[in-house]
Amino acid sequence: MDISLMLTSLPKLLGAAVVTLKLLSLSLLFGIFIGLLFAILRLNKNPFINKFAYGYSYLFRGTPLLVQIFIIYFGLGQVEYFRSTFLWVVFKEPYWCAIIAFALNTGAYTSEILRSAFQTIKPGIIEAGKSLGISNKIIFYKIQIPVAIRQSLPAYGNEIILMMKGTSLASTVTLMDLTGVAKYIISTTFKPIEVFIVAGGIYLFMTFLIHNIIKYLEKKYSFQ
Amino acid sequence: MELLSFGKTGWGDELFYATLMTIAVSITAMLIGFLFSIIFTPLKLSNNKFLNLIGNTYTTIIRGVPELLVIYLFFFGGSGAIMYVASIFGYYEYIEINAFITGSCAIGIISGAYSTEVFRGAIQSIDKGQFEACKVLGFKKYIYFLKVIMPQMLRLAIPNLSNVWQITLKDTSLISVTGLVEIMRQSYIAAGSTRDPLFFYSFAAILYLMLTFISMKLINRLEVKYSRGF
Repeated sequence: MDISLMLTSLPKLLGAAVVTLKLLSLSLLFGIFIGLLFAILRLNKNPFINKFAYGYSYLFRGTPLLVQIFIIYFGLGQVEYFRSTFLWVVFKEPYWCAIIAFALNTGAYTSEILRSAFQTIKPGIIEAGKSLGISNKIIFYKIQIPVAIRQSLPAYGNEIILMMKGTSLASTVTLMDLTGVAKYIISTTFKPIEVFIVAGGIYLFMTFLIHNIIKYLEKKYSFQ
Repeated sequence: MELLSFGKTGWGDELFYATLMTIAVSITAMLIGFLFSIIFTPLKLSNNKFLNLIGNTYTTIIRGVPELLVIYLFFFGGSGAIMYVASIFGYYEYIEINAFITGSCAIGIISGAYSTEVFRGAIQSIDKGQFEACKVLGFKKYIYFLKVIMPQMLRLAIPNLSNVWQITLKDTSLISVTGLVEIMRQSYIAAGSTRDPLFFYSFAAILYLMLTFISMKLINRLEVKYSRGF
């Protein structure tokens, strides 16, 4: 056990953990909007819109995240036409490619979580709103969405933790996140166990934090 | 389509073998995972605090740390650990472990943590009366586990195990970083030599979708079989 290596690599790994957290928060931010949009599309009665949203979530949940990142980062750059558009400014950066892939991926899972939350809302709540003469729009924004968010908190907490682990794949497209830096230190010092303990400890600490924040929110927004 | 033809000019046969490799790694990893869950599920359910702690540590660490980091640990640390054990027995030559074995062990330990949780949940949701009835009837421990608890547990566990299988199948794509030629690695090689990454990675995505689709269909059948009589 090389304690001094663990101590010297700790600040580097902590710096890299900031990159991981940035990736995570940005992709969750975009992902929640994508998820909400597709959850609403899934509940649409039009079969085309419905099937489209189902296809999206099936596609992104049925393929590994690594494939999605590689398609976006390596694949899209190959299209000549695509390079001439203004989007290329975003897609040539591995950082944004990773965030787009993560956001699309977590969006697919979030849409499933929110959809099942919308479907399990008791019809009595909506009927109560209608009988009070509240318009459909306000019922949706002020009643259905808050209740659905409350219902989906535990599942969404799991999704945040899964996504945090998913951000480790950013290291495959040259980003130096926590896993990327850990791999770099391992491959230069050949001391995998020490680095694993430090990097794994940081990840576990972040998991612990997320878990407790979600627990606190669950308590705060519980119906009782 | 030319790119996918079988033979020397196309990548069809290579990708076909790569798909078989992905299936082989997933199945091996799943089986290794079952071995781990056979060891750790009783620990998690035991009343002994120390044994309980061991079980909880395993599942918490593995489920809280990214899969890629575990794979790097095995990839860089695996042969070192084996050589250390061998040196105790007086063997000092360099030992290189096969990428297949390292990969399936790494993914197996990860999938083991998930299936341990599934089995624990399934056993805990079996009615307490069943355990008590077995004790009252004086069954031997392994008979009552095999004949009474196991069939009920499997029925409850199969839907969740199908999720674990999907996770395992998708996690095998990460082994490509260690150089094992499975779907992802083969697509990487093909994309590099033809300069057509969009096509090959999209094709890899289709292969994974096919695998998940087919395995879902098969597992659904199993589910129907085990939920007979309920």
